[in-house]
Amino acid sequence: MALRAPGFGVGTMAINGLSRRGLLSAGVVVGAIPLAPAGAETFHRPPDIPWRPDAAASPTVPKRGDDFLYFTAVEQAFVQAAVERMIPNDALGPGGVEAGVPIFIDRQLAGAFGAASDWYMQGPWAKGETTQGWQSRMTPAQLYRAAIAAIDDAVQRTSSTTFAMLPAADQIAFLKRLEAGTASLSGGIDPAGFFKVLLQNVMEGYFADPLYGGNRDMAGWKLIGFPGARYDQRAYVTTYGKAYPLPPVGILGRPGWRGTEG
Amino acid sequence: MTTTLPRTDVVIVGFGWTGAIMAQELTDAGLNVLAIERGAWRDAATDFAPTFAQDELRYYWRHELFQRLAHDTITVRNTRGQTALPMRRLGSFLLGSGVGGAGVHWNGQVWRFLPSDLQARSHNAGRYGAAALPSDMTIQDYPVTYDELEPYYDKFEYLCGVSGKAGNLKGALQPGGDPFEGWRSREYPNPPLDMPYAPTLFAKAAGELGKHPFPHPAANMSRAYTNPLGVTLGPCTYCGFCEKYGCGNSSKASAQTTILPVLMKKPNFTLMTETEVLKVNLAGDGKTVTGVTYLDPSGQEVEQPADMVLLCSYITNNVRLMLLSGIGKPYDPVSGEGQIGRNYAYQITSSVNVFYDKEILNPFVGAGALGMIINDYNGDNFDHGGLGFIGGGYVGVLQTGARPIETHLAPQGSPAWGADWKAAIARNYLRSTTVSTHGAVMSHRGNYLDLDPTYRDVLGRPLLRMTFDYTDNEHRMSDHLTDRATEIARAMGGREIKVNRRVGSWDVVPYQTTHNTGGAIMGSSPSNSAVNRYLQSWDTPNLFVIGANAFPQNAGFNPTGTLAALAYHAADAIKREYLKAPGQPMVRT
Ligand SMILES: Cc1cc2nc3c(=O)[nH]c(=O)nc-3n(C[C@H](O)[C@H](O)[C@H](O)COP(=O)(O)OP(=O)(O)OC[C@H]3O[C@@H](n4cnc5c(N)ncnc54)[C@H](O)[C@@H]3O)c2cc1C
Ligand code: SF4
Repeated sequence: MALRAPGFGVGTMAINGLSRRGLLSAGVVVGAIPLAPAGAETFHRPPDIPWRPDAAASPTVPKRGDDFLYFTAVEQAFVQAAVERMIPNDALGPGGVEAGVPIFIDRQLAGAFGAASDWYMQGPWAKGETTQGWQSRMTPAQLYRAAIAAIDDAVQRTSSTTFAMLPAADQIAFLKRLEAGTASLSGGIDPAGFFKVLLQNVMEGYFADPLYGGNRDMAGWKLIGFPGARYDQRAYVTTYGKAYPLPPVGILGRPGWRGTEG
Repeated sequence: MTTTLPRTDVVIVGFGWTGAIMAQELTDAGLNVLAIERGAWRDAATDFAPTFAQDELRYYWRHELFQRLAHDTITVRNTRGQTALPMRRLGSFLLGSGVGGAGVHWNGQVWRFLPSDLQARSHNAGRYGAAALPSDMTIQDYPVTYDELEPYYDKFEYLCGVSGKAGNLKGALQPGGDPFEGWRSREYPNPPLDMPYAPTLFAKAAGELGKHPFPHPAANMSRAYTNPLGVTLGPCTYCGFCEKYGCGNSSKASAQTTILPVLMKKPNFTLMTETEVLKVNLAGDGKTVTGVTYLDPSGQEVEQPADMVLLCSYITNNVRLMLLSGIGKPYDPVSGEGQIGRNYAYQITSSVNVFYDKEILNPFVGAGALGMIINDYNGDNFDHGGLGFIGGGYVGVLQTGARPIETHLAPQGSPAWGADWKAAIARNYLRSTTVSTHGAVMSHRGNYLDLDPTYRDVLGRPLLRMTFDYTDNEHRMSDHLTDRATEIARAMGGREIKVNRRVGSWDVVPYQTTHNTGGAIMGSSPSNSAVNRYLQSWDTPNLFVIGANAFPQNAGFNPTGTLAALAYHAADAIKREYLKAPGQPMVRT
């Protein structure tokens, strides 16, 4: 994998030697995460110093910049168009595209989330009841790839073009059919199931800390008035009815949130 | 090849809330205690530093602190007629992992059950007649009373430094507290937290409707606090990244912030992390346990003999380990026989959102257990005559912090995306709040835990299978609570409300609560329970099973206050009685 997803303890691994993610499957299956050999210090811990020095795991910042790592050009066009319809750029403020949501989703799919590395992915596979939750055999990365192709197929059949090239009103209508589960997609793709994943990821990209590539300029937070990664709110507990005076801040601070490195 | 290690006095399986409590108590009694935790070491100051703890994507949506389902999960279904399928992604509940367990990322809502909750069968049958309890409702009395547990509730509250206001001191009602609560021997260790705007709007409306609002008891510190073990917690900063997150200030009670600084220094205590217990070993005659077998971090199987084993690995893991180890008789829902897996229960929740035009509520300011509550509709605090259900729950506004991926409320009829959605959340985020209800689930014959016949964990061992659904009792009760919550929400003076009822079958997808209960319940005899009043196994008396698995049914409260009180109650009995005659049952039948 070119990129380790942020926030998944991959950074932890480098620091800890044996990570909290790897340890549960140490020496067993699940392969995806290479394990450093277990250090003696991970075993019978001496009672006085039970922790590893510097065990703090600050988040891993994903690759910066506007180059897509996972999506192909065709997929990028779909995601840009869908995100623009789902969170439009309007008088209230920047939309999802301006806020970097497509790049956020791209980085997520290129990493541990895209690979479903945390999920139970053993068969046998069955559709089940809706109350039994996610039962797709596809990882999120595979699902996006297959669903976007199926959506463009479906649009091709009726309109001889791709989703990205449809007029805005038609794009909105198509997204509504996906949401309602009434769009018919080839390849056994569940339209409503894919839409749920897409909607969740769009919300994440608009409202997650900017360090993950979305929420640029803290646009999502500014829209609603969320002050971000602040930790001491004692002065504002009993200021009933008064507007909060501080601007939002991200985990990486304010000015440096959109670095140019990477 | 399995290596066998020298014998130790006590092995504790799992090192969350109950593991830390039992380790602290039994090392005090001079025993050599080895705690085995399958997750990693985690320390409050370094692992949840306030420089990065407030990361919604990482901690909630990407599950940084929770059990990794790729390793093992649970299969779920609503009824026996369905095929259980694996919970492939976390949803309805968030299982803990690592030192401190789920206690690291809990809210800190510390409750006592009502005295009548502990006598669910005799109390309700006495008041409403035995016919009021459906034949497949398998509730029973706890084999301990509130009066017996009171000192242990008190001990946990003082360990945690709970912020709150007593409502009943030794029988004398106290203004500002909960008039329905059981008696307390003394006031909470800390005063209530400062109250933000929205909970006060709820309290005002509820009070005007004749209800009895009071501040939610919170293991979030209203001031710096040094507990009886000499461990100091800092004041809560209302950061709003509390439930589902670790606390960067050591302001939320957890094993790390209340016990470990003392426990880890004891020469008779050892903690192994990143080490998974595979099974409890039975003696040849099946009448005692001989220790545990675990997988060390390099993948080697090791046998650790012990005089006593304590399962402290959370209810789902405790029950699964018993089933995998062949302890006791698995429950059969058809015959009703067998105790292991019986009486699984949960919680039922609903909510009503309130939207204001002008009032700025700053919902991002919050703490895990910050809010105003009423217990007028909890337990048997109201007359259930003619209502067609028993049990109840609390209703209130809890301001836990509106992290925006999770919480961006929009009124009834708003779309979930697009320009209208954007306008709706921009208008309402700062001006909305939620009245929530938190209801009991009774135990029923068809709700139970067993081993899945098909699905396996990464080690090839059967997963736990959960067969669970709400019955009419729960839906009627939850609807009743939702209707009462709606009345109060209407009286809160907003522009509009939105009612979110709990309809249909239990669904594993949306987060509800991590308040799973039962499966290895406590009772008065081996014919109605897996463990006795001291959480001692009837089948193998040198095994103790600690946790909410012991609840015969759930109550309308969060469980940890009660499961911690039961743990302290058991620890006391072990110290006073069991150690005089080790291996003997403390309750004779
Ligand atoms: C988001 C959230 C909020 C909550 N809020 C509240 C609240 O406000 N109030 C309340 O009362 N309760 C709350 N709870 C529930 C509370 O966290 C639990 O009741 C409590 O932690 C249970 O303690 P325990 O010791 O039984 O289990 P845990 O604290 O979960 O500890 C169990 C430990 O055992 C380990 N383990 C499991 N299997 C094995 C094995 N085979 N070998 C070795 N180790 C193993 C696990 O890794 C874990 O660390 C909340 C839970 C969650 C997830
Ligand atoms: S709200 Fe308070 S107790 Fe909770 S994490 Fe923040 S500072 Fe800690």
